[in-house]
Amino acid sequence: MDKIKLSRRDFLISSAAAGGGLIIGFSLMACDKDTGSTTSDTNTGAVPSMDFDQFTPNAWLSINSDDTVIIRVGSSEMGQGTLTGMAMLIADELDADWSRVQAEHAPIDEAFTNPILGRQATGGSTAIRGFWDVARKAGATGRELLLQAAALQWNVDVSECRARKGEVIHQASDRHLRYGELAEAAAKLPVPEDVFLKEPEEFVLIGQSIPRLDTPDKVNGQAVFGMDVDLPGMLTATVARCPVKGGKLKRFDATQALAVPGVKRVVEISAGVAVMAEHYWAAKKGRDVLDIEWDTEGHDHLDSAGIEAQFKAALDNELIERDDGDIKQSLATAAKTLEAVYTVPYQAHVCMEPMNATADVHADGCDVYAPTQAQTSSQHTAMRITGLEADQVKVHTTFLGGGFGRRSEQDFIIDAVECSKLAGQPVKVIWSREDDIMHDQYRPATYNQMRGGVDTQGRITAWEHRIAGPSIMARLAPARTKDGHDWASTEGAKNIPYDIVNQRVTYAMSNTAVPVGFWRSVGSSQNAFITECFFDELAKLAGRDPLEARLELMVDHPRHAAVAKLAAEKAAWGSPLPEGHARGIAVAESFGSYTAQVAEVSIEKGAVRVHRITCAVDCGMAVNPNSIRAQMEGAIVYGLTATLKGAITIADGQVQQRNFDDYPLLRLDECPDIDVHIIDSQQAPGGVGEPGVPPTAPAVANAVFALTGQPVRSLPIRISS
Amino acid sequence: MLYLNVNGQRHELAMEPDTPLLWALRDGLKLTGTKFGCGIAACGSCVVLVDGKPVRSCVTTVSAVIGKEITTIEGLSSDRSHPVQQAWIDEEVPQCGYCQSGQILTAAALLERNPNPTEADIESAMSEVLCRCGTYPRIRSAMKKAVALITDKNKEV
Repeated sequence: MDKIKLSRRDFLISSAAAGGGLIIGFSLMACDKDTGSTTSDTNTGAVPSMDFDQFTPNAWLSINSDDTVIIRVGSSEMGQGTLTGMAMLIADELDADWSRVQAEHAPIDEAFTNPILGRQATGGSTAIRGFWDVARKAGATGRELLLQAAALQWNVDVSECRARKGEVIHQASDRHLRYGELAEAAAKLPVPEDVFLKEPEEFVLIGQSIPRLDTPDKVNGQAVFGMDVDLPGMLTATVARCPVKGGKLKRFDATQALAVPGVKRVVEISAGVAVMAEHYWAAKKGRDVLDIEWDTEGHDHLDSAGIEAQFKAALDNELIERDDGDIKQSLATAAKTLEAVYTVPYQAHVCMEPMNATADVHADGCDVYAPTQAQTSSQHTAMRITGLEADQVKVHTTFLGGGFGRRSEQDFIIDAVECSKLAGQPVKVIWSREDDIMHDQYRPATYNQMRGGVDTQGRITAWEHRIAGPSIMARLAPARTKDGHDWASTEGAKNIPYDIVNQRVTYAMSNTAVPVGFWRSVGSSQNAFITECFFDELAKLAGRDPLEARLELMVDHPRHAAVAKLAAEKAAWGSPLPEGHARGIAVAESFGSYTAQVAEVSIEKGAVRVHRITCAVDCGMAVNPNSIRAQMEGAIVYGLTATLKGAITIADGQVQQRNFDDYPLLRLDECPDIDVHIIDSQQAPGGVGEPGVPPTAPAVANAVFALTGQPVRSLPIRISS
Repeated sequence: MLYLNVNGQRHELAMEPDTPLLWALRDGLKLTGTKFGCGIAACGSCVVLVDGKPVRSCVTTVSAVIGKEITTIEGLSSDRSHPVQQAWIDEEVPQCGYCQSGQILTAAALLERNPNPTEADIESAMSEVLCRCGTYPRIRSAMKKAVALITDKNKEV
């Protein structure tokens, strides 16, 4: 019974035939009792049972005879509330009693392939919008079977029965049966092909600010993160990595490291040299004294100035991404024109939980326990390293201590699987914070040449945006960027919401040894800053109010206009402010949602102080308004760190930042008051995890521009005295 | 063999005396609620209480806390009933949750020594713990709630 395939169609039959089976993946919600060791919990596999235990109509959900509903979620919980949000979609259609619902991370299974991403993964703010129909159908299938089971038992027509809050009701005879009581009978019925989905006005849970299911375990230390995985006989490893990008291992001598008490093995892996020990501190001490040399020849001259010069030179080889009207003619005939260079630096993800993963490679299988956003990729990684087949590699998803795109990468998975394979025992690999900051895949730095023109009536008539920078996709999927185009570098730039007749956007790919990756909101994170700030420069050139100038050009973009209006209204745009304060506005669409923010700033002791950010968001139907507010708040704080604080810089081929002392994060006493307003919408849901980020930097920068008259053309914002 | 007093219990520990308390708790005693974030006392994810005071366990050696009373998140209450935990639940503070042990223990220590803190006291104490998810607005509202819960509780007594 321990290898039941969770294919939706077949499961029911095998379940019924075998007298019921309990399927438990990597249960994170059910570890209430033991606060100390997580071993027994993380090892929970499939537990066979002779008696009927569960009704499992599909991979997504099971109902126990005690009425509890277990919902398995294929998306990774990294703080965005997906365990709760996805459970709400299923539980609503199931008409479950929410107080009996538990959610847990799903095992790897085709049923959890994200319809947008084409694999089991979490990214691009796609969970709710990708699974919107699939997940609800899973719940509705369960409801349908429970209704049928009740109708059979009462010998009435199923149309006379209805489901509500965990029970089926036959109103005419005032009879009730709880789901737990119906589960065994429902498990014996054939799964229907088609089921009815609710109309929005029938939703009971969707649209409500339901408290997150994972909160209780996150206030007492019980939530199990990747860092907390503990397996019998496990070693803990840390890896010495070449600090110079592109450098290689030259030689090492393990003698001194092995002399550290607790160090067990020192081995070369593809990322460098792994020191494995009984516990992290011994591994770290071993790595500190490891005698190791790197071959960095030819790689140790790269620096930030050289990278920027390379980008600038690359503009000569630009490709056209958008070309409307006649940009040359429109600039030549404009009443006024403006040219500007905008740059953004590399940014690190710095999840609070440093990278880590645990692998247990054994003769006939491999278990990966990881805080991963990429289950399918992790499985493929382990298959490649071990030579095992897909059905031999299990991926157990833990809670993620932040993700932001960083945990869609495979480097930390590779470390763990290689280490366990070499050691022949379970190994947990832990990155130090220094490893995490120096060996990230950074948000791309880019160089942008802007030109714009306005006519005598103060309308923007010409817009040219030339982007040069590295491509994330060129690293991750080189075949898809062979032609030199790259959606991730141009999103947020070639889809600005303004009806400007003459528009040209170009992109020049310019890769370096500094790896770049998906960083919360990807291309929109930098392009919204560049385009929304240059827009304000042109509005000023035209003598226009930034809000008014936007609204005039957004006639064909009503959802952008609506959030801009709402944010402006709630921020009392145009009303008097204290002396030395100013407002700025920015708007952006990303991941199918529309966000506008108004920032109020002042300058204190030569630094920008953000007092308030008013945010309006249209993410279609609001599944859980409180979760949406939380994501907007978090995205704004994430965006403010990039706006006001750190930058990743390169010297001698190395990342110069090491830890929070030189890559600081926004602190609580720097956090503005944040108001979030959600547009009431019946449209299909858009993304929520990322769309709050893009408008933050330009809203703040535009406020600084309004205050000082000096445009902000690079990040983080530095006030010149 | 070393002995540590953690959450009211005496624990045996077979680790070197220069081991940071963080790793003694996590790897030695399997109390994984205390989190590793930076290793240089810069982020506060590893905060535990030593004789009631917030301490960065990543830079505090085991030898420095022998004989002292150590409280980790697992020992703050047995049932999430501490006013700070209650307020954190009510305001739905956590997102990823990784830094929250440090946030909650820092908050609990502040309210223990000052049950009626000013806004400035809260801003100052809570700025010592970093959160990448950006739960700061909710930490602020939860602190107000926790103060109110403590005030109510004291009235009952």
